[in-house]
Amino acid sequence: MAQEEMAKKEKKSLSRRTLLKALAGIPVMGFFTFEAFRKINFDRDKRSRVIKELGLEDLKAPRILTVSSGKKGDLLRIGFIGYGNRAQQLSHSLGFMHPNEVKRREKNGTLTEWLEQEDLNVALTGICDVFDLHAETGLTTAKNEIRPGGNSGQSLPVKRYLSYQDLLNDKDIDAVIIATPDHHHAHITSEAVKAGKHVYCEKSIARTEDELYEVYDTVRNSDRVFQLGHQITQNVVFQQAKEIIKRDILGKICLVETTTNRNTASGAWIRHLDSDGNPKPGDEKSIDWLQWLGSRPYKPFTTDRFYNWTKWFDYDMGMIGQLFTHEFDAVNQLLRIGIPESAVASGGIYYWKDNREIPDVLHATFEYPKKEMTLTYSANLASSRQRGRVFNGHDASMELGGSLSITADWDSTKYREQLDRGIFDSSGPMISINPGSGGDVDAITSATAKYYAARGLTTTNINGRNVDVTHLHIKQWIDVIRNGGQTNANIERAFEEGVACVMANKSYLEKRRVEWDPINRRIV
Amino acid sequence: MKGTKTFTTFQLTTLVLLRMLIGWHVLYEGISKLLIPNWSSAMFLKESQWILSGFSDWIISNSGVLQVVDFMNTWGLIAIGIGLILGLFTRLAAIAGATLLFIYYLNNPPLLGLTYNLPSEGNYLIVSKTLIEAVALLVLAVFPSGSEFGLDRYVTRFVKSKTKKEE
Repeated sequence: MAQEEMAKKEKKSLSRRTLLKALAGIPVMGFFTFEAFRKINFDRDKRSRVIKELGLEDLKAPRILTVSSGKKGDLLRIGFIGYGNRAQQLSHSLGFMHPNEVKRREKNGTLTEWLEQEDLNVALTGICDVFDLHAETGLTTAKNEIRPGGNSGQSLPVKRYLSYQDLLNDKDIDAVIIATPDHHHAHITSEAVKAGKHVYCEKSIARTEDELYEVYDTVRNSDRVFQLGHQITQNVVFQQAKEIIKRDILGKICLVETTTNRNTASGAWIRHLDSDGNPKPGDEKSIDWLQWLGSRPYKPFTTDRFYNWTKWFDYDMGMIGQLFTHEFDAVNQLLRIGIPESAVASGGIYYWKDNREIPDVLHATFEYPKKEMTLTYSANLASSRQRGRVFNGHDASMELGGSLSITADWDSTKYREQLDRGIFDSSGPMISINPGSGGDVDAITSATAKYYAARGLTTTNINGRNVDVTHLHIKQWIDVIRNGGQTNANIERAFEEGVACVMANKSYLEKRRVEWDPINRRIV
Repeated sequence: MKGTKTFTTFQLTTLVLLRMLIGWHVLYEGISKLLIPNWSSAMFLKESQWILSGFSDWIISNSGVLQVVDFMNTWGLIAIGIGLILGLFTRLAAIAGATLLFIYYLNNPPLLGLTYNLPSEGNYLIVSKTLIEAVALLVLAVFPSGSEFGLDRYVTRFVKSKTKKEE
C-alpha cells in the first residue's frame, strides 16, 4: 500500500515537473514581449521628441499622388520644336511614348507605372526637327495609341514642320515645348510668345545678356504662360525643404554649396557614338544644318558637333548652362536669392583633352552681401564622388537631393540644450525625408538608417508609386494655362537664373570678377 | 524519445540556453522588420554579390515576388523565433532557421575580394556570425531539446498516442 502510494506521489510530481519543463519557454516569451514593447516605446518616444523639439509634428507629406479634380479643360494642342533625346522624355511626361520604348518598358516592368500617369488631355499635333530621323521618331510617338488613360483623349492628326517658323505660324497649335540646343532657346521662345503660343522651354533660357533681356521683356509683356524646364523642384522633398527653411530650422544660412560630379564620357557630353562605338546616324542630307546653326558662325557639319554641341561656347555655356541652372533654381526656389551682386568663376580643361572649349573643372562663387550669403558651385567631370547640395546653417545643415536630411550643428546656439541633453545628436542626420516612405518626416534613430540617409540610399521606392517629376512640372504649366496662376519656373525666376549664369560665364571667359548693376540692369 | 535521454542535465541545459538565445535573436529580427515602415529586403538583396546575385536581382525586379519574399521573411523569422523559444516543432524551426540564415550568408559571404556598401559590425574572413548561427541551428536540429524542455513534449506524446490508437 505504502509503496503504491509512494509511486503515485512520485508519478504526480513527475508529471508536474514534466509540465514545468514543457512550458520552460513561456516565461522567456513573456520577458521577450515585455522588453520588445519597452524598446518600441523607447524608439517612438525618441523619434517624436526630435520632431517635437523641432516643431515639425504637423509637417506631413502633401499627397501629390492623388489624381486631380478631373476638371480637364479643353484639349490642348502641343507642338515640339526640337525632337532629340530630351524631347522623348518630355513626351513620356506628357503622355506619349514611342512603340519601341513601350516594348522596352513592358519587358522591364515599368510600363504600368507610366500608364497610371494622369492623362493631361493634350494632343501632340506638331513636330519640328531639322533631322529627318528625329522628326520621324516624334511622329511615330505622337501617333502611338498606347497612352495613359487608355487613349480616352481625342486623337488629332500630327504634322511635321520643316522650320520652327512654320510650326509657330500654324493657328492650330496652342502651346510649344522647346527642346532644341540652347542657342535657339531664347529667340524661339520670344517668337513663339509673339505668335501667341504658351511656352515650356528647356534650360538654359539664354546664352547672352542681349538674348536674355529680349526674351524677358517679350514674355513679361505678354499673357502667355511660360515654364522653364526645372522639374527637380517638383520633388515632394522640395516642398518639405521649403517648409523647413520657412520655420528657420537651420538658423542663419551664410553659405550654400552646390556641386556636380560626373566621370563618364556621356556625362562630359561625348555622345556621338552608339553603344557599339559606331557613329550615330545623321548627315547633311538628312539634317538641315544651316537651320541648326541659326545665327551662329558657319562651321562644317560633323556628327561630333551635331550631337556634342555642348562642348562649344557658340551653342551654350557648358556646365553653367546645363547643370548649374538646376542648382541655381533649386536654391532660388527655396531662398529666393535672386540676382547675385557679383560673381567669380574659374576652371579649365584638365581631363577631357578633345576639341572642346568648355571647362571640365569649374568653380563659381556668387556673393549676396545684402542677404549676407554666398552661393558656390563646384563642378568636376573627372570624378564621380558625390558631394551633394548643402545648406549650411548656424544651427543645422540640410543636404537636399532626391531625399533630404538635416544634421544638427555641434556648436548650434539654438539647439544647445537639446544637444547637451542628448535629444539631438550631431554625429549624423537627425531628420530625413524621402519620397520613398511617402515623404513623411522621420527622425533617424538606428545606425543603419543614419548610414542610408547620409548616402541618399533611402530614396529607392519599390512598393509605392514612382512619380515622374517632369510630368508634374509640365502638368503645372498646363494647369496654369487652363486655370491661371503662376508656374514655379516663371520668367522672373528664369531671368534671375539667366543673369547669374551669364555672369558666371562672362567671368570665366573674361577672367575677372563681374558685378550686377541693379539700376541700369546690366552686367558690368 | 531516443537520444535526449542520454543527455546529462548540464548538456541539456546548455542546449536549451543556446536554443532560446538564437530564438530570441531571430524573433526580434522578424519583429523589427515588421515595425519598420515600408521595410523591404530589396536593399539587402541589391547588395548580393556571390552565387545568388542573379536570383536576388530577379526578386527585386519583380515587385510581386519581392512582396512575397518580404512577407515570408518577416513572418518566417517570427515563426522560427517563437518555435525555438517555446520548443515547439523545434527540429523544423531549427532546420528552417538554418536554411534561411544560410541563404543570408550566401547572399553576402565575407569572401576575399568581395566588398559591401553596408557596414559590418565585426571583422570576418569567410566565416561570419550568420554562418555560425546557421550551423548552431543545425546542431540544435541534430540534438533536439524541445521534447524535454518545450511544448514538443506534448506534441510527441500526442503523435505517439495517435499512432498507437491507429495500430
